[in-house]
Amino acid sequence: MSATTHADNDNTLAGRLSLATGVSVTRCYQCGKCTAGCPMAEEMDYTPSHILRLLQVGLDGFEDRVLKAYSPWVCLTCEMCYARCPQEVDIPKMMDFLRAESVRLKKVNPRAKDFVSLHQTFLDSIHYVGRLYEVGLIAGYKARSWHLFQDVLMAPRLYLKGKLRLFPHLIKNRKNISQIFKKAGTARTEAAK
Amino acid sequence: MTKIAYYPGCSLLGSSREYDESLRAIAGPMGFDLVQVPDWNCCGASSAHSLNHELSLALPARILALAETLGVEEMLVPCAACYSRLVTAHHDLAESAETRERIVEIIGMPCQGTVKPLNILEFLDRHSDSFKDKVTAPFDKDVACYYGCLLVRPPKITKFDRPEDPRTMDNLVELIGAKALDWDFKVECCGASHSISKTDLVGKLSAKIIGNAVKKGAQAIVVACPMCQSNLDMRRSFINKAAGQNYTIPVIFITQAIGLAMGLGEKELGLHRHIVKVKYPEKKKVDAEVKPKAAAAAPAPAPVTQPEQTEEA
Amino acid sequence: MSRIGVFVCHCGTNISATVDCPGVAEAIAKMPGVVHSVDYKYMCSDPGQTMIKEAIKEHKLDGVVVSACSPHMHEPTFRRACAEAGLNPYLCEMANLREHCSWVHEKEDATTVKAIDLVRKMVEKVKKNQPLYSIKVPVTKTALVIGGGIAGIQAALDIANAGHKVVMVERDPSIGGHMSQLSETFPTLDCSQCILTPRMVEVAQHPNITLHTYSEVESLEGFIGNFNVKIRKKARCVDEKLCTGCGLCSQKCPTKKNLSEFNEGLGYRPAIYSPFPQAVPNKPVIDKTQCTFFLKGKCKVCEKVCPTKAIRYDQEDQILDVEVGAIVLATGFNVLQPDFFPEYGYGRYKDVIQGLQFERLASASGPTSGEMKRPSDGKEPETVVFIACAGSRDEAKGLPYCSKICCMYTAKHAMLYKHKVHHGNAYVFYMDIRSGGKMYDEFVRRAIEEDGVKYIRGRVSRIYEEDGKLIVKGADTLLGHQTVEIKADMVVLASAAVANDGAEELAQKLHVSYDPYHFFAEAHPKLRPVETNTAGIFLAGACQAPRDIPETVSQASGAASKVAALFSQSELTREPIIAVVNRTAPPLYSTCTGCALCVPACPYQAIEMEDIKNRDGRVVKRAAKINPGLCQGCGTCVALCRVKAIDLQGFSNEQIFAELMAL
Repeated sequence: MSATTHADNDNTLAGRLSLATGVSVTRCYQCGKCTAGCPMAEEMDYTPSHILRLLQVGLDGFEDRVLKAYSPWVCLTCEMCYARCPQEVDIPKMMDFLRAESVRLKKVNPRAKDFVSLHQTFLDSIHYVGRLYEVGLIAGYKARSWHLFQDVLMAPRLYLKGKLRLFPHLIKNRKNISQIFKKAGTARTEAAK
Repeated sequence: MTKIAYYPGCSLLGSSREYDESLRAIAGPMGFDLVQVPDWNCCGASSAHSLNHELSLALPARILALAETLGVEEMLVPCAACYSRLVTAHHDLAESAETRERIVEIIGMPCQGTVKPLNILEFLDRHSDSFKDKVTAPFDKDVACYYGCLLVRPPKITKFDRPEDPRTMDNLVELIGAKALDWDFKVECCGASHSISKTDLVGKLSAKIIGNAVKKGAQAIVVACPMCQSNLDMRRSFINKAAGQNYTIPVIFITQAIGLAMGLGEKELGLHRHIVKVKYPEKKKVDAEVKPKAAAAAPAPAPVTQPEQTEEA
Repeated sequence: MSRIGVFVCHCGTNISATVDCPGVAEAIAKMPGVVHSVDYKYMCSDPGQTMIKEAIKEHKLDGVVVSACSPHMHEPTFRRACAEAGLNPYLCEMANLREHCSWVHEKEDATTVKAIDLVRKMVEKVKKNQPLYSIKVPVTKTALVIGGGIAGIQAALDIANAGHKVVMVERDPSIGGHMSQLSETFPTLDCSQCILTPRMVEVAQHPNITLHTYSEVESLEGFIGNFNVKIRKKARCVDEKLCTGCGLCSQKCPTKKNLSEFNEGLGYRPAIYSPFPQAVPNKPVIDKTQCTFFLKGKCKVCEKVCPTKAIRYDQEDQILDVEVGAIVLATGFNVLQPDFFPEYGYGRYKDVIQGLQFERLASASGPTSGEMKRPSDGKEPETVVFIACAGSRDEAKGLPYCSKICCMYTAKHAMLYKHKVHHGNAYVFYMDIRSGGKMYDEFVRRAIEEDGVKYIRGRVSRIYEEDGKLIVKGADTLLGHQTVEIKADMVVLASAAVANDGAEELAQKLHVSYDPYHFFAEAHPKLRPVETNTAGIFLAGACQAPRDIPETVSQASGAASKVAALFSQSELTREPIIAVVNRTAPPLYSTCTGCALCVPACPYQAIEMEDIKNRDGRVVKRAAKINPGLCQGCGTCVALCRVKAIDLQGFSNEQIFAELMAL
């Protein structure tokens, strides 16, 4: 269904969402089925249908509440909401956009810093190694987040089970990966403009 | 032997190497030669799409592009999370010529979208004839088949089975002699993507899943996703704490279950690597006692071995 | 030389806003054969029509072109005006300047140029028009009513009471439809069967009504006033004339464990059965798929016990031929099938039921004799969750429409439950409460205020079973979008109302159009709501769209009055837009070569071959002949005829080519 509301063209958060992802918040009729089925709803400050509602109404201050929300970060991208939505609103895609947008606008919820650290460490691993380097990921994440090694007790067992590799598995064409990161970053900034 | 492109993904080289091992162990007898995608990279997982949409398409697109150089039409992706990223990128690139042009520019290599990612259940279902007559030790257990999120959702993109009550894995385990139980958490999320950052929450979600499987009388949970497996297996102590229970039900990969039915051994299938002890194959006492020592000393049969040191995960 | 008058209408500003109407009239005035060309604000108004009439007389016009709206709107108006002025109405044509021009283009010169072309085209056509005379056809004053639910019953009784014969066809063994399954009806809570059964009996006893139950329409031919219907009377295996309806056969039938359709699968019935005690007719049928005799070749208990020897195992389906003049379609609706909601576990958990099943549970004639007992273990449910919009308004599942009746029946269900289980908890998950209607909203308020039904605004995401309870996971969007979880003993889904099984096939048999959801389509959503696009076929009740009993009954009476109006005429007038085979002077007689290819091509079986004889009575030629009563003017034969021996009156090849050549 085409969404041809004014929200598509204006520079509201809902408008930018629609432009970047094709997700139109006007499609939502607020039945709450997404919230009802969300495994993380109880951890969220604004549940999925609540976020959609804030974006639909879009009064002063509502956008900031969405951008500074904790919810997009606890979203597991399990896709349950989208699979069951009677109006086929792609909420996971919306959450992706909101995460990227709140990082771009430096409005990330303070409680979500851990998540950002983890994701950035993960991407760093891919950036320099080409693949996920689990040891590096944990080390980097702990360093970034200043968390104690909550999983430290697991390590010897995992090592014994042959599940831990100390050294990263480097791919050959790391230059290509590096370029991808550079270009994707640029494309993102351009898209944001 | 039929050649098929193979994208193991990062987990299968590390924390879920038994998935890779067991897949390789059954692929041979099934008549398949797994050809790794050359110089493959990480799909970007949830971190890429969480922070950078372009990257979440570009990283899988590079993999698809490299797979195309093998001249194949399909690529087996056993990891459900990688599969989700790859099938999404494949879908988005096919939907919009403009997106494809942009992504091709970013990855600096052609990507026609000619290689379709295939998940493990699609692969096994399609080729069930090549293992069902090799069942020598029927896996006659009552099992709960756990599909998790990413194999069935979003249905518009995966176009695989019934999203609320999938049957593919149930049918597969019945072919090898198991009884697939009717249970209620087949497609609920276990929370694996927060396994590192929100371990306590994940314990709660997973406890419901394991609890329901146990209540329905399952002897084992069979999975097709390394994230689910690691989460339900490695995080068992958190899960048991959250549930106030002492669940000992093993969580095994579908490939391991099939391998067991083919009469393959514990080490060939990597069953010794599980944190929650797996008592299959049920052998004489002598074998079972030798197991722990043998496990630590055994050289890993994985294709790529790296020096290993103690670290935490 | 023709004397044609052209009248260009402004249609207020509908046409004149983008088309230069005086300019069109001026340009057309210069055409050869046009003797009069004017423009006017509203040609359809009284003064406008008078202008045409006067011009016909004053200028001795032999053709008229009205350049205005679509002929669908006002062609009858202008043709009648011409007829009143003494001009054959088929010498009047319309050029569609509104729908085909002004509404679809911007104001610019090209728009006016196109308008002029459209008028020129029609002027050239009119020059070739011949006077035509309408066709009279007789009317068979018998109506066929398809469906014996409340819609069909009401329509049949109204037509029969107007003095006309009615043939009623019902697919099931008894009439009564879904209404006979209901317990009480909103908003008055009167017993559904108590108000319905007198009507059912009236149908059975009415001298003007012939009832065929356990029967279906096999095929339909003909046209308004003259339909030929074939009805398949399925074998009941019971001689209806001998059977007294004593019920002994059902009591003694050894095969009793067949799910009862009437009880929506919540109870059982024997293989020889009458669906419910007040069935009309109260004559049983044998379900051949369940009967031991038909499955294994022996048993015949019913035959042995029947006191009147009415059992007929060898009875076969009968095909009846019936001639009728009008048809009322009243085939009703169905509720959505179980597999639709895997996340709600319908079909998987016994205590998740749909609305009609709840009606049976609550009904005194139901499997629990009206006691509130849940299907799984017969226990009284302490907590019941009602879910509105189970399938309705769910675009993802392919049903974007509102089923309209669910808000009301869900309020009624919750209320009935609370009346039976005073200490129980009733929760209703809803998105909106749509209770427009006389005393409807008051009814919903009563459920909430007097009976303590708790309404929760939100949709349910999932239901699963744990420790003997149904865990209902929903949301309350009024409570800051929180999740809510209710441990229920029974869940009732307000399943969407969908088109009845076989609606699509029936529509195709009857040449009636239908919407994407297989509901039959009305001719006009506002002004012709009980007519179909096929003349002589009318609609009543939920086969057109989901509707409740009061609305169904009014629509059925509406359809009946349309039928009565049709039957008030002794013959019908039809447009002479039909195909004709040409006739020429001897020795050719006709350019038809008698190849007969047109005969099977005609969808209305209107063509037959005819022997042309000379004065001596000798057959000199065989040619096609078209029955003017049957021909619908579709033009298939015209396109097919290889020697161009057939022409469509009013749209002859000559006329169409004249139009094309004008462009």
